Amino acid sequence: MVSFVVGRFAQSIIVMLTVGLIAFAMFRFVGDPINNMVGQDTTVEQREELRESLGLNDPFYVQYFRFAWNAVQGEFGQSYFHRRPVSELLVERLPATLELSMIAAVLALALGVPAGVYTALNRNGIISNLIMSGSLLGVSIPTFLIGIILILIFGVVWRVLPTFGRGDVVDLGWWTTGFLTASGLKSLVLPSITLALFQLTLIMRLVRAEMLEVLRTDFIKFARARGILTRSIHFSHALKNSLVPVITITGLQLGSIIAFAIITETVFQWPGMGLLFIQAVLEVDIPVMAAYLVVIGFVFVFINFVVDILYFVVDPRLRADRAGSGGH
Amino acid sequence: MALLDIKNLRVDFPTRRGVFTAVEHVTLAVNPGEILGCVGESGAGKSTIGNAVIGLLEPPGRMSEGEIDLKDKRIDNLPYEAIRKIRGRRIGMIFQDPLTSLNPLQTIERQLVETIVTHLPMNETEARKKAVGLLERVGIPEPDIRIGQYPHQFSGGMRQRVVIALALCADPEVIIADEPTTALDVSIQAQILDLMRELCRERQVGMIIITHDMGVIADITDRVAVMYHGKVVEEGPTKKILGNPDHPYTQSLISAVPRPDIRLKRFPLVEYIESAGKARKELDIANHWLGKVREFEAMEGPLLRLQDLHMRFVTRNAILPRDRRYLDAVKDVSFEIQQGEVFGLVGESGSGKSTVARMIAGLYKPTGGKVFFAGGELTALKKERERDRYRRQMQMIFQDPYSSLNPRMRVLDIVAEPIRFHNLASDRKETESIVLDLLEHVGLGAAAAVKYPHEFSGGQRQRISIARALATRPRFLICDEPTSALDVSIQAQILNLLKDLQEELGLTMLFISHDLPVIRQMCDRVGVMRNGKLCEVAATEDLFENPQHDYSKHLLDLMPKLDVLSHEGLEVEETN
Amino acid sequence: MSSNTEQTYEAAAKERTGVSDVLRRFFDSDLWFSFRHSPVAIVSMAVSIVIVFSAVFAHWLAPTNPFDLTQFDLLDSEIPPVWMADGDSRFLLGTDDQGRDIFSTILYGSRISLLVGFASVVFAMAIGIPLGLISGYYGGHVDSVIMRIADIQLSFPAILIAFLIDGVARGILPRDVHDEMALYVLVFAIGISGWVQYARTVRGSTMVEKNKEYVQAARVIGIRRGPILVRHILPNVLGPVLVIATIHLALAIITEATLSFLGVGVPVTSPSLGTLIRVGYDYLFSGVWWITIMPGVALIILVLAINLVGDWLRDALNPKLR
Repeated sequence: MVSFVVGRFAQSIIVMLTVGLIAFAMFRFVGDPINNMVGQDTTVEQREELRESLGLNDPFYVQYFRFAWNAVQGEFGQSYFHRRPVSELLVERLPATLELSMIAAVLALALGVPAGVYTALNRNGIISNLIMSGSLLGVSIPTFLIGIILILIFGVVWRVLPTFGRGDVVDLGWWTTGFLTASGLKSLVLPSITLALFQLTLIMRLVRAEMLEVLRTDFIKFARARGILTRSIHFSHALKNSLVPVITITGLQLGSIIAFAIITETVFQWPGMGLLFIQAVLEVDIPVMAAYLVVIGFVFVFINFVVDILYFVVDPRLRADRAGSGGH
Repeated sequence: MALLDIKNLRVDFPTRRGVFTAVEHVTLAVNPGEILGCVGESGAGKSTIGNAVIGLLEPPGRMSEGEIDLKDKRIDNLPYEAIRKIRGRRIGMIFQDPLTSLNPLQTIERQLVETIVTHLPMNETEARKKAVGLLERVGIPEPDIRIGQYPHQFSGGMRQRVVIALALCADPEVIIADEPTTALDVSIQAQILDLMRELCRERQVGMIIITHDMGVIADITDRVAVMYHGKVVEEGPTKKILGNPDHPYTQSLISAVPRPDIRLKRFPLVEYIESAGKARKELDIANHWLGKVREFEAMEGPLLRLQDLHMRFVTRNAILPRDRRYLDAVKDVSFEIQQGEVFGLVGESGSGKSTVARMIAGLYKPTGGKVFFAGGELTALKKERERDRYRRQMQMIFQDPYSSLNPRMRVLDIVAEPIRFHNLASDRKETESIVLDLLEHVGLGAAAAVKYPHEFSGGQRQRISIARALATRPRFLICDEPTSALDVSIQAQILNLLKDLQEELGLTMLFISHDLPVIRQMCDRVGVMRNGKLCEVAATEDLFENPQHDYSKHLLDLMPKLDVLSHEGLEVEETN
Repeated sequence: MSSNTEQTYEAAAKERTGVSDVLRRFFDSDLWFSFRHSPVAIVSMAVSIVIVFSAVFAHWLAPTNPFDLTQFDLLDSEIPPVWMADGDSRFLLGTDDQGRDIFSTILYGSRISLLVGFASVVFAMAIGIPLGLISGYYGGHVDSVIMRIADIQLSFPAILIAFLIDGVARGILPRDVHDEMALYVLVFAIGISGWVQYARTVRGSTMVEKNKEYVQAARVIGIRRGPILVRHILPNVLGPVLVIATIHLALAIITEATLSFLGVGVPVTSPSLGTLIRVGYDYLFSGVWWITIMPGVALIILVLAINLVGDWLRDALNPKLR
């Protein structure tokens, strides 16, 4: 068990370093940092001085190490576009994205898993067919379009919900929250549904497919032949066995919610990290891009690590010692 | 009053091409303490009967006629809840594959206790006690500890014992076992069968054993029903049916079973099955392309010689050498095969016999030892190209007819591939005519050349494999369990074909099997393998009459006793 | 089982070769049967064909050419679709802020969307299939490395990877070069973000086929590993690829639309459906909804049709469901 955890941890570190390397390469080699920082009047000598003082003439690995060291402390330099420290921007924007993502993730799971189970167990009902058709539609509409349609219906035609911004937020010092105000909560509705829908349909289809697969196995047939209660077969046997692969993929999906937030935040002008990133890409604001990459990379690696551990915990075949068979 | 009565059962499967009737007019009865065997080849419908009794027919199958009675009460038309209560409590079922029958994520305890508590008025503590007692009865050592383990911590045979315990734990009156020992090793099969017979007598349950294996039938059944194409062709006490069958199908089926006690010249052909191959065109072998083995250098001495062959696999790779795990599949194996001889290699699964074959054929590179073939040392060859001329002289036939042919190639191309690779024909026309001749010669007919593998049955596919193997005019043929996946009647045909070809072309053969009676029919000399080592090498008759090594004796003991089987219509070979 | 044909080889050969045989086998197959009996599959296939057709022949089908500055007039701007009050029969789906006919812009836009979608899929296959084959067949270190990279890439959502590549390209290339190359960059970005699925599936199938006895038989004959890989294994692993490709096509089109909507996709000079939606988005709040919704609906129909075909294909090709 320990070796497994250690192994996965080591792998995570390697991935982080790779991500960091890519971010650094972007940071350093895409465009010229100096040109982006100073005005046109600066002379060549002044630029050279600046270059030297920022350590841009040092060897590659030194610069990389400095970058990585800074990154670990949350220090990413100055944004070219906003002319403020990137870390400040991140701290400012992070709560918005995280709150939105969390609500969306909860929605996707809370609705997706039960819907998947239901449509697997009641394959031919009317409700199942409706849900399946709906899910097909859900997978075929891009997230931004869902947002636009929701805005049209609830923001333009029926003016019931706000369609941009976070509403009023409460400042808790290091965190700003929209949960504590009515307008904050109302503002969360449309963006979170938009963000959740795609993931919800994916999770639902996945759970359904896995359960159908499990329901066809020999051990389920044997359980039926032993007269086990149907409810137990469906839940204790089939559902539990479907969860193993579902957990892995669901974990990855939930991680991607944070990436899809980019789209939702743009449609709804939600002041989160995603919007920041898009602006950075359009303005070629490299420090922000690099920082976003590192932060997101960290989030993904972390989620992957947790999912791997969960996998290990849930499936006894991975844990127990294989050697103890004894006898024929 | 019989315990279980099946009356005039008919099961239909609607398919896109019409309705397929899996079984019809089936009437059977089982009494307490009695074991009824249901024997037949694949597709005969035996499993369908078992599924119908317990109400678990694969959709869209359904029972369209007849009735099933348990102690004179009809059970096939009951509502779902009523049937569910019968399953496990009054009728228990055992399936074939122990590796997939158990829920991998639940402990044995959980699975046992849940079944008991579902049907019997006990609480969990009492149920656990009963479960432990049951595990002990079926022969699981340290049941109190092992009950808390997961299925993957048990070996195949142990798992089947757990499955039996699960089928019995709610004290049913009837047990249906669908091929209960087919997936197990020979040595374990006997133990499981004994266990089942004991339990049946002890608890006075009525047992139906569904199998294709005549040995199982002869071993433990009291009565037997013979199935063919969905109908019961004959039924009665085992001794009578096996020893003196009335129906022609049963007669020919029994005559096709390889006997452990005698050696036959040829297997008699089984009536009622697919046309026993087309009459094979007589070839003037001496002048035919096939017979032109003269081009091979004549040689003195054994055609094949193995010297201290060793094969080590890495089962777990790791960065540090001390963490790696190895498996020595073959250890210090040495033997010789003379020209024109049929040498058998027998052993249980995991004994290394297939690995030896693959080392000879060049599929694995031996980790130690030498292979001498046709005058050259194969293990000393450095380049692939040098091996080519030996490859021409040595070909192989595999076990699984469903995976040994490329599903996307036409038969013509499959058989022509070796000819083209080794440039054995001068042009396309010649290649084509050689292939057509080969197909005729193995009994498939030339028209088969344009078809695809999926259009043929298992036995026919093996013939295609044989044709492909003969295409290079080899002098040495390795047969790796060539009939293990075939029905008894088809096996008889293929073995006949192999025998005929061997005589006609003077082939040297290495014949691998786990089935001793088959070895007795086919081989001149035999090597017995166990755990990678060669225990004994002897002439076939010597081995069977007078085995030297303990393990050989053990294997021979495990052979099914087929004395009850009729000897009608068999041509025994005189032992030289 | 066909053991009782007394046909001669010549007769059989004549009957069984050529295009007519391929067609015969196709129409006899389970695939065609399931298609014929699935109204959903038929309709969605028909819709897909119509859309592809009209996109390819946009030039001839469109009433106007939205790129030709002389063909539209600012005075015609913001006219609603023909079934609404102020509609104009010249403009079936209304006009945009510049007076361009929306139906025409959708036709041209679909062409770009489909083009980028197909190209990305082909690109992803060109990388993924060979890598999967090599990884599965040769195993060992090569396999470990490739799979490691694949795993790492899989832990990041495709869209993010596409973003990054596009962003980096934007930074590296000077503006005008970037605009010219934008389509290629986009195809590259979406393709790179999608190769993993193909590689993994092909690798899995390859590993299964590799152990099958017909491959071993070929080795025993003496055929070398390379030819075995191409002649024997490759044809047998392509089945599942088709299903993945359909689903990937839908995803690629969505990804491109998303990127274009966000402004980091196709250049403004060759607008795709995503760009059109972006342009119309600003007008949504003033009630001029058709500029953004019409291309949106077109996009949904296109992707839905492709997904339906993909779903049907997956079920039809799944041996376990038969």
